[in-house]
Amino acid sequence: MDLLNGLVALANFVLIPAIAYGSQLALGALGVTLIYGILRFSNFAHGDTMAVGTMFAVLATWGLQAMGVGFGPLPTALLAIPFGILGAAALVLLTDRFVYRFYRAQKAKPVILVIVSIGVMFIYNGVTRIIIGPEDQRFADGARFVISARDFKEMTGLAEGLALRTSQVITVIAAVAIVAVLFWFLNRTRTGKSMRAFSDNEDLALLSGINPERVVLVTWLIVAALATVAGVLYGLDKSFKPFTYFQLLLPIFASAIVGGLGNPLGAIAGGFVIAFSEVGITYAWKKVLVYMMPPALEPDGLMQILSTEYKFAVSFVILVIVLLFRPTGLFRGKSL
Amino acid sequence: MKKLLTATAAGALITGAAFAQDGGEIKMGVILGFTGPIESLTPAMAAGAEMAMQEVTESGKLLGGATVTPVRADSTCVDSAAATAAAERLITSDGVKAIMGADCSGVTGAVLANVAVPNGMVMISPAATSPALSEAEDNGLFFRTAPSDARQGEVLANILMEKGIESVAVTYTNNDYGKGFADAFQSAYENAGGSVTLSAPHEDGKADYSAEVGALASAGGDALVVLGYVDQGGAGIIQGALDTGAFDLFAFGDGMVGDQLTANFGADLEGSIGTAPGSQNEGVDTFAEMAQGAGIDGTSVYAGESYDAAALMLLAMAAAGSSDPADYAGKIEMVANAPGEPIGPGELDKALEILAEGGDIDYGGATGVELVGPGEAAGSYAEYTIEDGALKVVGYR
Repeated sequence: MDLLNGLVALANFVLIPAIAYGSQLALGALGVTLIYGILRFSNFAHGDTMAVGTMFAVLATWGLQAMGVGFGPLPTALLAIPFGILGAAALVLLTDRFVYRFYRAQKAKPVILVIVSIGVMFIYNGVTRIIIGPEDQRFADGARFVISARDFKEMTGLAEGLALRTSQVITVIAAVAIVAVLFWFLNRTRTGKSMRAFSDNEDLALLSGINPERVVLVTWLIVAALATVAGVLYGLDKSFKPFTYFQLLLPIFASAIVGGLGNPLGAIAGGFVIAFSEVGITYAWKKVLVYMMPPALEPDGLMQILSTEYKFAVSFVILVIVLLFRPTGLFRGKSL
Repeated sequence: MKKLLTATAAGALITGAAFAQDGGEIKMGVILGFTGPIESLTPAMAAGAEMAMQEVTESGKLLGGATVTPVRADSTCVDSAAATAAAERLITSDGVKAIMGADCSGVTGAVLANVAVPNGMVMISPAATSPALSEAEDNGLFFRTAPSDARQGEVLANILMEKGIESVAVTYTNNDYGKGFADAFQSAYENAGGSVTLSAPHEDGKADYSAEVGALASAGGDALVVLGYVDQGGAGIIQGALDTGAFDLFAFGDGMVGDQLTANFGADLEGSIGTAPGSQNEGVDTFAEMAQGAGIDGTSVYAGESYDAAALMLLAMAAAGSSDPADYAGKIEMVANAPGEPIGPGELDKALEILAEGGDIDYGGATGVELVGPGEAAGSYAEYTIEDGALKVVGYR
């Protein structure tokens, strides 16, 4: 019984939150890594692209709610995702047409594009705040829990509760589905293959008749879709606040780099590495150990490897170690 | 010698010009975090301060009918370098005569040490509550209309002990405000016989708080004390703690007590307690009404303190008969404290009149200002309990 209690506490405070957070990071990192692989620059505006997409989805959600449209126990926001993607796609395509295309035509160095993307980031930042404001917006509806901590305790009679939120389940399922579709698209379809060809060797791809503008267009569309889905899922799980989305950029980039920039598989692995290291290493193991250990060995202290202040340090230490020993990331992305 | 004469003459001219400006326009810097972690609170604060300036301008009784114009600058709340540069700009290029701000304790300390003190500028912060600012070197130039958290820590600790809650986990926002508050709370609580199982900071505006919630839950305790911001990490922590069933009783500091708290979590927080600066005076309601008339939310945190901060500086100028910080700095405590005619919000016109006649005033304003010690509000706190999903004031301490 004690062993079960310990496992439940571990699942409740470490495994479930870290898996959900890892999926959110993975979806964000996929967008970053695609842009890096195909357009060859680190897109610092990605966090704010997520914010813009989510903002359109939130507005559409409110619209749907006002019309009385619901989605049963699932959040209405899922129905609003297509609107969010449309909004985000329109914005990134406009940005590409008026900003990035100019620099692409000049064959600008990646570092210049990075600076340009920082400029774009500030503009998106402002656009989001002008349209929806800087405040926290909650747009989740439907059933919040698949199973709440209290219900779990009553059902099983255990001392520890286990909470599983609808948004966490949706996030993990959506992440798996999206990754599967993306891999099928990149590996099996003509457009996907031309994107990979363009990413591997731009000149060769151009010579074999691949239309670069089309590759760029499709890349932005996919990125807009990924960013919006990641943003909406994150917003459903936590809440929508433009400032937080801007801050998400850091763990997302850490995930993409740890996994190997430009490698989609790496982005996913990186997301989970970062999430588990943030949650796991700073976890106070006292509660779990008290259940698992014989009474004589029960710890007095918190059994915390590092205090939670250092959780960001943890992800960056991992980043540094990976870059030192495997500069291309865990999954052999492009070297920085 | 000729050069010296010219220089002196030029100097005299400039000083003359400065004096001539007095009757015309007085600029007041409003330095608040218009971007950054508290960007959702600052519009109401700035509007509160600007209400006081407009009121004084309309009365036409300050220094022979001076117009008071606000100059806004961004303190960012977190970036001390940016805040220092913004404050420097207010003084050197805008030529302000007073600074209303800054807001967060960290940037306030930086602006005070790097800009206000070297330039001899008077500064009244409506929101910086870190106990550390009480000991800051300020040459008598720094005041605050918000009380130090040292006092709030004691109040919160006493409430918890009276309710028989003897072991708590504490989480605080990782900045000067949170750290100062958490330390003050912990020492007061432990002196009263309570035990703090873990005092862990959290960063604001971050993506995920599972790690913090996990550690706090593991440490355990009868209640979770959250000393953060309601629209920031504090909300993330509560959400996580409620979702995982880690805690169901909470105690909140002033940054957490807001309508957003009950709007977001309402019924889940039943029985939780909170403290926030507040006093039983009519000023609060009068100010809320005035603010509503001006189209701002007067009940928003620190809006009243901002109004009072601006009003105090303007009244001190009137009392000193000069807008030079060196002249009026010494008058601020005089206009804020007894003896004198009590002044509420919206009575600045009356106050200016009394001062012009050489009388004395006791400015209470929107928050019942009473400056003690090194020029900070004495601090009366309202005790809140969450009942039926709403914040309810149960008493004042």
